[in-house]
Amino acid sequence: MARVLINIPKEARKGEVIEIKVLISHPMESGQRRTDSGQVIPRKIINKFVCTWNGDEVLSVDLFPAIAANPFLSFFAVADVSGTISMTWVDDDGATQTELASITVT
Amino acid sequence: MTVPRRQVLVAAAGAVLLSPASATETQVAALIKELVGDATLREGRVKLDIPLLVENGNAVPITVSVDGPNRVRSLHVFAERNPLPNVANFYFGPRAGPAKVSTRMRLATSQTVVAVAKLADGSCWMDRIELIVTLAACVE
Amino acid sequence: MLLAISAAAAEPRSGYQDASPATRAMQDDDTTNPGFLWVQQGEAIWHEHGGTTGKSCADCHGDAAAMRGVAARYPAYNVTLGHPLTLEQRINLSRTADQGAEAFAPEGDTLLAITAFVGLQSRGMPMAVSPDGPARPYYENGQRLFQTRMGQLNLSCQQCHDDFAGKRLAGALIPQGHPNGYPLYRLEWQGMGSLYRRIRNCITGVRGEPFAVDSPDLVDLELFLGVRATGLVVETPAVRP
Ligand code: HEC
Ligand code: HEC
Repeated sequence: MARVLINIPKEARKGEVIEIKVLISHPMESGQRRTDSGQVIPRKIINKFVCTWNGDEVLSVDLFPAIAANPFLSFFAVADVSGTISMTWVDDDGATQTELASITVT
Repeated sequence: MTVPRRQVLVAAAGAVLLSPASATETQVAALIKELVGDATLREGRVKLDIPLLVENGNAVPITVSVDGPNRVRSLHVFAERNPLPNVANFYFGPRAGPAKVSTRMRLATSQTVVAVAKLADGSCWMDRIELIVTLAACVE
Repeated sequence: MLLAISAAAAEPRSGYQDASPATRAMQDDDTTNPGFLWVQQGEAIWHEHGGTTGKSCADCHGDAAAMRGVAARYPAYNVTLGHPLTLEQRINLSRTADQGAEAFAPEGDTLLAITAFVGLQSRGMPMAVSPDGPARPYYENGQRLFQTRMGQLNLSCQQCHDDFAGKRLAGALIPQGHPNGYPLYRLEWQGMGSLYRRIRNCITGVRGEPFAVDSPDLVDLELFLGVRATGLVVETPAVRP
């Protein structure tokens, strides 16, 4: 499991715009680098991120090797109903990591 | 401090993962053409923000936002002189707030970064920033 | 390459002040500072039971706030061992001698993580490394090393970080070279790194032979740097280009 930092308010008013900030530890090996002996270091990046709110999509992102190591993303959602915000990262090797955050909307 | 449309100085490190080799502006033009289809691509609405001074091309902060009442379907960022010019695509779902996203990108060389937005009404908008990249001295 | 020689800096100036607004902003916001990925891991380690005692750091030390001020004092003379230890070495001593667990590997993510977590407890506190008492000869050796020319470029730490500080070296600004933000996230490394790694970078930069990790000379040099940074505050986990 990669280390993840998530910043989401625990509470929001209905209709309020909230910012979601996420960081995940990952080398984002671009596939463009070579070792000292000249061998290409194989590509291994997080290529997809999806955020949903009670199952409805907030944002999905295609990430490419030009995204910096330990990818950071910030984006906005509109608070509608209390529930669960889910965030999933997908690695080139097919591994996925999902983190959940609950939010109360009043 | 951010300045929207101008030349930006970026110091890139030697260990930046993207070589300034093969990617071409025509490749980006083709990618954008495919994205936009028959719609006309206009300048405006989209705003690319990159800090005035960036010291290392390994992690260049970038913010892209779109103005106006129209819902944004997607946002696409390209770096014209990276061998792999795609940087990121953002798709906004029904729960999305204002179309404003931030991330950190890699840049190895002086080049133009382009952002394209596709709106729900089918219109397409763009912004671009030219970046000047200088090499940092101390490299592991 | 290097121009005029200026007087040695009177006021210590953190590398933070020399960093760009974007880099400073990354350090200032705990929710976007990538160093907190390691801090968070360090917090988990703090509560992990292990070793022959089966105890966690927290079982013996209590709340992490008990570590407030500790990082500001290191490297510090250890009475039992009769020589100074870096914070990493002190943590590993407690890890092996008190907890009864295996030492964290030097430079590894776990040691960086627990050191960053312990370091964070002192964030904002003034650096307080002591050159006095039994630490004196070690401090003096560190000072001697700081002033010793090294490598094919035949430059000392002092020439770059006192005499040429604030000037540019092939485009990069030469900072005063203070240790107050370590372990820190360096954009060049695309990750977290120790003060040892930073010093190694500088020595290979002058085509010199780096100190071995945990060598007595390295500890003395780190001790000298700590005293030299008196007047600055702890910034762990800092962000540097
Ligand atoms: C079995 C109990 C025990 C465990 C477990 C333990 N310690 Fe300690 N630790 C001690 C004792 C006892 C001291 C010495 C206190 C003193 O000298 O005042 C100490 C000292 C230290 C010091 C030096 C403090 C100073 O003021 O200089 C640090 C740093 C430290 N421990 C960190 C850790 C960390 C990190 C862990 C977990 C990986 C840990 N310890 C686990 C008992 C423990
Ligand atoms: C040729 C000049 C030069 C020499 C000699 C040199 N350094 Fe450096 N040092 C630099 C530069 C330049 C940087 C900043 C690098 C960057 O930002 O890419 C730096 C950074 C540092 C930092 C990091 C400061 C911070 O804010 O994180 C420390 C600590 C340091 N040096 C210690 C040393 C020590 C100890 C020595 C002697 C063993 C030494 N340096 C020798 C040029 C030098």
